[in-house]
Formats: sequence, C-alpha cells, structure tokens
Amino acid sequence: MLKVDNINVYYGNIHAVKGITFEVRQGEIVTLIGANGAGKSTILNTISGQLRSKTGSIRFLDETISTLQPHKVLARGLSQVPEGRRVFLQMTVEENLEMGGYTRSAAENAASISDVYSRFPRLAERRRQVAGTLSGGEQQMLAMGRALMAKPRLMMLDEPSMGLAPLLVEQIFDIVKELHAAGTTILLVEQNAQMALSIADRAYVLETGRIVMEGEAAALLEDDKVRSAYLGE
Amino acid sequence: MAFLSTLFSQVINGLQSGSIYALVALGYSMVYGIIMLLNFAHGDIIMVGAYVVWMSTANFGFHPIVSILLAVVVSTTLGVVIEKVAYAPLRSSPRLSLLITAIGISFLLENGFQLIFGAGAKVVPDFLTGPSVHLGSATISFSAIVTIVVTVLMMAGLTFLVQKTKLGKAMRAVSEDMGAAQLMGINLNTTISFTFAMGSALAGVASVLYLSSYGQASPTMGSMLGLKAFVAAVLGGIGSLPGAMLGGFVIGMAEALVSAAGLSVWKDGVVFAILIIVLLVKPTGLMGKPMTEKV
Ligand SMILES: Nc1ncnc2c1ncn2[C@@H]1O[C@H](COP(=O)(O)OP(=O)(O)OP(=O)(O)O)[C@@H](O)[C@H]1O
Ligand SMILES: [Mg+2]
Repeated sequence: MLKVDNINVYYGNIHAVKGITFEVRQGEIVTLIGANGAGKSTILNTISGQLRSKTGSIRFLDETISTLQPHKVLARGLSQVPEGRRVFLQMTVEENLEMGGYTRSAAENAASISDVYSRFPRLAERRRQVAGTLSGGEQQMLAMGRALMAKPRLMMLDEPSMGLAPLLVEQIFDIVKELHAAGTTILLVEQNAQMALSIADRAYVLETGRIVMEGEAAALLEDDKVRSAYLGE
Repeated sequence: MAFLSTLFSQVINGLQSGSIYALVALGYSMVYGIIMLLNFAHGDIIMVGAYVVWMSTANFGFHPIVSILLAVVVSTTLGVVIEKVAYAPLRSSPRLSLLITAIGISFLLENGFQLIFGAGAKVVPDFLTGPSVHLGSATISFSAIVTIVVTVLMMAGLTFLVQKTKLGKAMRAVSEDMGAAQLMGINLNTTISFTFAMGSALAGVASVLYLSSYGQASPTMGSMLGLKAFVAAVLGGIGSLPGAMLGGFVIGMAEALVSAAGLSVWKDGVVFAILIIVLLVKPTGLMGKPMTEKV
C-alpha cells in the first residue's frame, strides 16, 4: 500500500534520514520505533509532503506521492496525526473536526462528525468548547478524530502516547486497535516500544536515521537486543 | 450648548475617521495573523484605490457606483498579485526578508504613481452626495453616515466570513498552525490569497470612504493613513480582528478629541504617543493574545 524507497532527508547540513526503505501493506499495523532524534517524525513528515527527500521515491496505492503538496497527499487517502497533537487550540472541538474534513463535502462531514462523536463521547460533550480547554488525553482523541474525518485509507500516528498517563495510553492504544479493526491501515511511530510492539503486526527499529532491525512485532518483542535497548531490561 | 454641539460633531468626526482606520487596520491584522508579515505596502493599496476613483470619475466620468466597484476590484486584485509575485516566493525565508520586500513594494507604488501622475494631489469631484442629518444645532454629513454605516456592515460581513464560512475557518486554522492546517488538506496558497483579497478589498472600500471626506488623492496619501491604521492594529492587538476594529475607532476618536480641545496640531503626535505607550505597557495590545511560541 505504502512503499518508501531509499529516502534521504536533510535539515541544512544535518542528515536526519539515511537511505530508509520500508513498506506498509494493506490492513497492517506497522510501527517505527526508536529513541529521541532517530528520525521517526522526519520520515512521517516526508511521507505527508511537508519535507522532501533528496533521493528515492514514496509510492502510495501504486502512485508516486513524493512530489505532491501535503493537501494533495491527504486527498489520496493518507492522513497524519502529528507529534504533539497540534489541534487548533483557539477553535472549538467541532470546528477542529470540520477542518479535518476540509476536503470533503458538508453532508459527508455531518455524518463523519456523528461517527467521531459516537466513538469519542467525551468530544461530543465538549463540542462547543475551544480545544485549548481540553485535557491532553482529550486533545489526542480530538487529533485522532480530526484525522478520521478525512476517511483515510492509511493513518499515520506520531507518538500518540506522548505525555499521557498510563491509563490513558492504554485507552489510546485500544482506539488504535478499533480503528484498525474497522479497516484503517496504521503506521504508528512510538517511543513506547512495549505498547507499540504489542499491537503491531510488523516493526522497524530506527537508530540515528537508519533502520537497524525489522521483522514481526511479536518476534522483536522477544528479541534480547530490543529488550535491552528499548524495553529497559 | 455650543460646546456640546462641537463635542458631538467631533465625536462623529472621530467615528468617521476611526471607521477608515479600522477598515485598514483589519487588513494589517489579517495578513499578520496568517503570515506574520507587517505588510507596509497595505497603505499604498488605498492610494491606488483612490487614483482609480479619481480616474474613473474625473477623467472618464463614470457613474460613482462604477468607480467604487472598480476601486474595490483593482485594490483586491493588486493585493492578491503582490502576495503572489513578491511574498509567496519568500514563504520559507526569514521574516525580515519579507518585511524588507513589503517596504520595497511600498516605495515602488508611491514612486511609480508619482512618476506617472505627478507629485501633486488630484482633486476628486464629490461623488458621494446626499442629504445630511440635522440634530438640534449639530449636523451629520452624508459622507459620515455612509462611512460609519458601510464600515459597520463590512465588519459584520467579515466577522461572519471568518467565523462561519469554510474559507474563513481555514484562515483561522492557517493562522494558528500552518503545518497542521496543511495536514487537514487546506491549500495554503488559496487560503493566503483569500486573506490578501479580503484585506485589500477592505482597503479599496476605505479608499472610497476616505475620498468621500477628504476629496483628494496623492501618491503619498497611503503612508500616513497606513501608519496610523498600523498603530490602530497594534493598539488592538495585531492579529486580532475585533482588536483592529476597536483600535481603529480609538485612534479616530483620540484624534478628534485632541482637535476638539483645540490642539489639532498635536493630532499625529497623540497617535504615535499611543503607539509608544502600548508598546511599553501592553505590547500584545488591548485584545491580543499573549505571544505564543510558534513552531
Ligand atoms: N527543524 C529541524 N531543524 C534541524 N534539525 C532537525 C529539525 N527537526 C529535526 N531535526 C533533527 O533531525 C533528527 C531527527 O529528528 P526527528 O524529529 O525526526 O526525530 P524523532 O525520531 O521523531 O524524535 P522524537 O522521538 O524526539 O520525536 C534529529 O537529530 C533532530 O535534531
Ligand atoms: Mg518525533
């Protein structure tokens, strides 16, 4: 479904992503794990068209998307929940959702908004509140609901567990599983390797811009090197 | 009684010039909100609008309504073209390059018009004429009524547009977080063009309203008007639209009251004193949000 082939991404002189190749197949949950600064967000931002790779290509549903602007990438069915949620703090919950459905018609959005509200009843209660007044967990739900508004085929999540209490992390991961069960393919970026590996089908381990390990998530979860480096054992 | 009626006329004057400052201040604030640029060419858009009115009424003898529409259309187009040609290519450059470009465009317009039409003022024949209203011993001119009413309507329209329409919401989303807005599928180019179009259309309307009371156009008319409207935008809180509206009226009123006190030579001084006080006491302005770090 998504094929990333040999991408190299730079910030000025900083070579942040070094010849990365990986793929996500239809119906999978794939996770990219790695420490701070490994290049995870850079990879997602390149896929969504906010950054450009100097080499290689990115293909989605058999079409090249590596030259498209972000709004065109989204229109192909690939949406991203950015790191740090980035909800529009001065807009209401409902306006945030409307923005998520920006490329869709008002009628489609009305239906999607009620879908999101039934999935996240908390958001329904707070629909007229500005997003800045929501708690961190609620903002993460809003960020995910907002991304769902575009009815993505593939959803990329950048550290959805960041800054949340353990109970909320569980809840967010349950939601990811539900979305997946409902037919959305997932590319999940996480530092919480334990959680990510436990819900993923396959995983890639990143270190300073390179993939150093890849395989079945269940196998990586048992791997000694992974356990010592990422699971703190 | 004589004092009260003078005061009343000065309040009306204040509302009238305040209306014009407010319309222009809105353009500064919208553009700043979306691309963090102090668009110093904004005042000159008004100058161009005024020349369009002059040309079409004095030279071609068009009907006032036609001249007004032409002024608004030309100002709007000019604002959008300036953004596309001069600012859009600098979107990822340092803000300072953008600011210097805006100042350059302002010089270009002022000197260009001076070259073509000469430095002297062009007198625009009265084109907005109608009955004035008498209240006791005070008179409210037709142009004051039109200016205030049109401004209030424009503000209501703009507020509706920004709060309720799809493009208006996109504009707010882009001003808050450009990167996240793009991830929603919002087209940045369209949204930024739309913002410049709105701001410049208001400048076009302001040019017409300005002419209805001052009656002449000159190549440098935009710079003082623009500067005072800029002070209004800063006073209200740059980036805040209600702030720009309030700031415009406060500046207009301050000028009028200074004149009413017989100190009209101090008019400009008072405006800039207000700027200095705001910058010292409350740099975020009356209705501005505290600066949040943009990522
Ligand atoms: N805007 C930027 N300018 C310069 N360097 C950057 C920029 N953004 C990221 N980098 C650098 O690129 C490298 C990869 O960063 P990236 O944000 O992709 O890491 P990450 O894996 O997402 O980390 P984290 O888990 O902390 O979010 C880091 O060395 C980082 O310092
Ligand atoms: Mg990151």
